[in-house]
Amino acid sequence: MDLVAFAEWCSTTRIALAISESTWAFAVIESVHLLGLAALGGTVLVVDLRLLELGLTRHPVRVLAREVWKWQTLALAVMLATGVLLFLSEATKCYYSTPFWVKMGALLVSLAFLFTVKRRVVFAEQAPGRGVAALVAVVSLALWFTVGAGGRWIGFSG
Amino acid sequence: MLQFCEWLAATPGSIALHESLYMYPLVESAHVLTLCLFVGMSVLLDLRLLGLALRPVPLTDITRRLMPWMIAGFVVMVVTGLLLFYAIPVRSYQNVFFRLKVIFLILAGLNAWTFHRTVYRQVDQWDRDARPPGRARAAGAASLVLWACIIIAGRMIAYNWFDCDIPQSPFITWAAGCTPRAS
Repeated sequence: MDLVAFAEWCSTTRIALAISESTWAFAVIESVHLLGLAALGGTVLVVDLRLLELGLTRHPVRVLAREVWKWQTLALAVMLATGVLLFLSEATKCYYSTPFWVKMGALLVSLAFLFTVKRRVVFAEQAPGRGVAALVAVVSLALWFTVGAGGRWIGFSG
Repeated sequence: MLQFCEWLAATPGSIALHESLYMYPLVESAHVLTLCLFVGMSVLLDLRLLGLALRPVPLTDITRRLMPWMIAGFVVMVVTGLLLFYAIPVRSYQNVFFRLKVIFLILAGLNAWTFHRTVYRQVDQWDRDARPPGRARAAGAASLVLWACIIIAGRMIAYNWFDCDIPQSPFITWAAGCTPRAS
């Protein structure tokens, strides 16, 4: 099955139809997606700023990362769950949307980077060197910004 | 107020912003993405007040070290928010979700003001407590709920379910301030 057919199948699933036929569902799911965005953004920023030696600099990166990790994972789960529902309800539109593909590409790289490189760096017993820390923060911020901006642009592109 | 909005809508800047191909989406994107900076950090502050995150970090560390970032985020949100209103003044003014959002914003402001005037005055006594006093936890919880309401109401402004140009119930007509002239 090719991707167009898959997207078309997605938009005919019962859940997709329920969302697109309802007046409120899409708006409510979208709002929860935004609540997740705020929470995810806050947790990412606090750790990335610390890696750039800004913000909560009196505490080790490891402590901050550990303290926000649970909330970051929760926010990610909320975003992914609501994101899948939003996608299902307009899968065909997404398939033809360039910002959607930019967002999905950046999202995959972001998640891979977070759960491999960044996780290893922030949880290391030995605090990361300045250069490595700054590089990880800049890559993380750039990737998440692309995901967010791409997401917002899906709504603007026909 | 409606007259002021109508006057605002007729200014060249408002028309230019409303009709621009890129400026309006850019301003709106900045407004939404700054959520991460301002609301995201205030969520962490609220979770700290509730004793649910960043427990080893004294509260004043968070307020002092993160406040400049939060203020920067807040300024961007207010400026872009005012620009979004400036682009579409009449419809925003007569939008129930916009009105709800303004009410929630005022409540969030009052909550923050009360917190600073009361329990935060004695922060020295509970700065390092993993679980801050009841009034501080209440302020954190209220802030979380209010900001969630602000985001939801803000997102809903985009929908025209209760706009004045389609027939509405008497309650909505009253709540949105619809006038025969505007319909």
